[in-house]
Amino acid sequence: MSGELLLELLSEEIPARMQRRALDDLTGLIRDKLKTAEILATSLSGYVTPRRLVVIADGISARQPDRSEERRGPRVGSPPQAIDGFLRGAGLASIDQCEVRGTDRGEFYFAVIKQPGRATEEVLPELIQGAMTALPWPKSMRYPASGLRWVRPLNSVICLYDGKMLNLPLGEVPVGRATRGHRFLSKGEISVANTADYLKKLAEAHVVLDWSERRATIEKGLDRLAKAEGLIVKPDEGLLDEVAGLVEYPVVLMGSIDADFVRPLPDGLPPEVLATAMRTHQKYFTCLNPDGTPAPRFLFVANNLTADKGKTIAVGNERVLRARLSDARFFWDQDRKVRLEDRVEALKQRIYHEKLGSVYERVQRIQALATALLPPVRGAREDQIRTAARLAKADLSSGMVGEFPELQGIMGRYYALVDGLGAPIADAIAEHYKPLGPADSCPTSPDGVVLALADKIDALVAFFSIGEKPTGSRDPFALRRAGLGIIRIILEGELRLRLRSALETAASIYFTDRNRVAGEVLEFLAERLKAHLREHGVRHDLIAAVFSLNEDDLVRLLARVRALQAFLDTNDGTNLLTAYSRASNIVTIEEHKDGQRYGGPETSDLFRQPEEEGLFKALTQVGLKASELIVEEKFEDAMAELAKLRRPVDDFFEKVTVNADQPELRVNRLRLLARIRSTMNQIADFSQIEG
Amino acid sequence: MKTAGKALSFQGLILELQRYWAAQGCVILQPLDLEVGAGTFHPATALRALGPQPWKAAYVQPSRRPTDGRYGDNPNRLQHYYQLQVILKPAPADSQNLYLASLAAIGIDAARHDIRFVEDDWESPTLGASGLGWEVWLDGMEVSQFTYFQQVGGIECDPVSTELTYGLERLAMYVQGVESVYDLDFNGVEGPGRIGYGDVFLRAEREYSAYNFEYANTAKLFEHFADAEAECSALIGRALALPAYDQCLKSSHIFNLLDARGVFSVTERATYIGRVRALARACCEAWLAGNG
Repeated sequence: MSGELLLELLSEEIPARMQRRALDDLTGLIRDKLKTAEILATSLSGYVTPRRLVVIADGISARQPDRSEERRGPRVGSPPQAIDGFLRGAGLASIDQCEVRGTDRGEFYFAVIKQPGRATEEVLPELIQGAMTALPWPKSMRYPASGLRWVRPLNSVICLYDGKMLNLPLGEVPVGRATRGHRFLSKGEISVANTADYLKKLAEAHVVLDWSERRATIEKGLDRLAKAEGLIVKPDEGLLDEVAGLVEYPVVLMGSIDADFVRPLPDGLPPEVLATAMRTHQKYFTCLNPDGTPAPRFLFVANNLTADKGKTIAVGNERVLRARLSDARFFWDQDRKVRLEDRVEALKQRIYHEKLGSVYERVQRIQALATALLPPVRGAREDQIRTAARLAKADLSSGMVGEFPELQGIMGRYYALVDGLGAPIADAIAEHYKPLGPADSCPTSPDGVVLALADKIDALVAFFSIGEKPTGSRDPFALRRAGLGIIRIILEGELRLRLRSALETAASIYFTDRNRVAGEVLEFLAERLKAHLREHGVRHDLIAAVFSLNEDDLVRLLARVRALQAFLDTNDGTNLLTAYSRASNIVTIEEHKDGQRYGGPETSDLFRQPEEEGLFKALTQVGLKASELIVEEKFEDAMAELAKLRRPVDDFFEKVTVNADQPELRVNRLRLLARIRSTMNQIADFSQIEG
Repeated sequence: MKTAGKALSFQGLILELQRYWAAQGCVILQPLDLEVGAGTFHPATALRALGPQPWKAAYVQPSRRPTDGRYGDNPNRLQHYYQLQVILKPAPADSQNLYLASLAAIGIDAARHDIRFVEDDWESPTLGASGLGWEVWLDGMEVSQFTYFQQVGGIECDPVSTELTYGLERLAMYVQGVESVYDLDFNGVEGPGRIGYGDVFLRAEREYSAYNFEYANTAKLFEHFADAEAECSALIGRALALPAYDQCLKSSHIFNLLDARGVFSVTERATYIGRVRALARACCEAWLAGNG
């Protein structure tokens, strides 16, 4: 045991969503502060549970190294005031403590200030307190016992350095070597000698310190209980993460749902309603039958081990769920008595945004836009789109969506089916909010695709038109998500949509200044596109290179970028890119020097060397052929065509002197180089490509 | 203490909780004689949470939530129910343990159950009040709200107090193991003298649901709102914080009734909440000024 630090901050329950971030922040802060203090540690790690943050370090050096700092003082022979001032600043008593050194500007006094390193034991308390003060909780509170803001009241703190208590000044919060175990499964205080002792005693006191271990235990438990009944647990990583943060000692239990609730519709409840009542509100896991239908069982994680093996707990949870599902059943029965059509009027009362009118107005914009977007989506039907758009938000005033807002759209689908509107309209209503995030899937039904696009384009255009653009981390209207949604729907559905004209249509429906708004949204989408495709290994500079050719058909853009990327990975590609840069640089430099542009046509009479003639012919042929191929969307062939330039370009650079003595030859050769640039720029703006 | 076997009656549960908190040094108050939406609105919490003077109180508060009425048809929802409210100022260091011991006092043995503190930061937009804390789950059922008050009437609480709110019907339903609130045993008497929760309140739920949702005269209510608002402001001008606060509470309840009648658009609703909040803030300031 040498250089060992144990820090435990025992508090009242820390919200699950904040725990892991807090641990990362706390260990990070302590690590940084140790580094700044020049104290080494061979290891530093931590644990987090609902009630404690623990930091454990080892191999901490016993002292800070001595520091010495040199300060240059006044010139030798300076007036006494200057010398006295310098001595005061350096904390020295006499000028004899300084050295005199010659510099290129004469002789100066130098003070060497030695600061002896402090003992780690002395530094740690202020260092830890500094880290605690700096810890950025998303929400924190004042409380009587301590001057420090913390997420919830601190109960006690262990702070041991090599087994010795360090004193942190934390007001009335006791600091020492005492802690408590599990809230219900352990009695009394636990006194801890060192890290090993702490880990052992906490394990005995029914505290599983390691979040991953709790998570793994829960995962295994869920699986075991489900299998025992021949069922499958519906996978839910997010919920697993969360419940692992709600317990110090996980005990997985199973409960039953009344069979009435899981009967086929309309007697039972929609599976999404079951899942939401269970997951969002009660943090229960859903069980499925082997055929994928909801099973009348649920799984949950308790934080206690009882004499009756959790029987009372399960019965209590069953009763709670029954009450919730009865409530849901009430809404399900009531809501179905009102047609969606009759709920549309209520949307006039629902404000979308102060400056953007009601949801009713938004629905009307979406309807107009959706019908304008129809041609690019195969299989979409205008009459269905109209109805689906009109009813898309009608479920907002249903009792079920009032109770479970996350079921918007999904309930709309069920109520549309009840109203006899048919699957295409119902599915379009359900899908129009999709994708809800990077992990969610895109709509698949043709009408759903159109409606989802219209919904998101309207949101972007509307908020941009009132100057509400996302900035930094602020994106209160989830416009980045909408932007990514548009991109994914287009790319995954391979929709041949001219984005600029779609945006202009949207902007012209209600908003003024359509070119500005469409332009801004397009630019915003280009950034989203780069971010999205970067995750899929597509180079952002290549996207910019194609995007700047006014390519706003995202499907074609991606195909062009892919072909370009493949080409640039070949020998010909790299070589040609170098040649392009060379040609472009020369032309730019000479244009700058001469104050004129060299874009004009070459004169074949002025070709003096076969390489000039050869390059000219190649450029003309490749230029024509490549642009034809681009129009035909044969991008790989266009690249192959481009590759034909390599030899003539190389030959030209090898054999021909651009800056010829005769001015007319020089101009002609510069024009030839400018043509290399313009020809290649038909394929992509090569100047934006990073070498 | 609860004797083995029979579960506590509804009134027995209230009596035990009052006895427990009295033993902790709380003043046991009676309910406020005005319609309010929650125990927090009682001046014993809303006003006494402000300023430096220590204060401990517990009381039952009938709470009215007009929009939650279900005509007596829903076994879990009521437009009128009881909260037991505890306020401890300054917040004791062992607040959580005090709370858990109160559950033990009504026969809930922590060793047999799963008791959880689940993040829930309470706030009341009409009171301009907020705090950090939890919902307390008992075997998955939310039975209490546990809050460390940070602000009331937009004014920082210094010192911070602990506020506990027990949902008495839910707790009783759990303790008695009944599925419908109307089946709760109210008085603990067996045989012909038995009184159930439904005997006391079912008719009230039906009649008030009809009143709240269908028959409350909205034109008159708007007038009453304006009257209460004006009276509140006038009384604040005379530094009469407590009568002014009564008028603020009246305006808040009238707002709730109008809300149940569905007369507000979203923006209007926000405006009215803002008007009540402004009154609450002025009352809190007047209260503090008079406490000098």
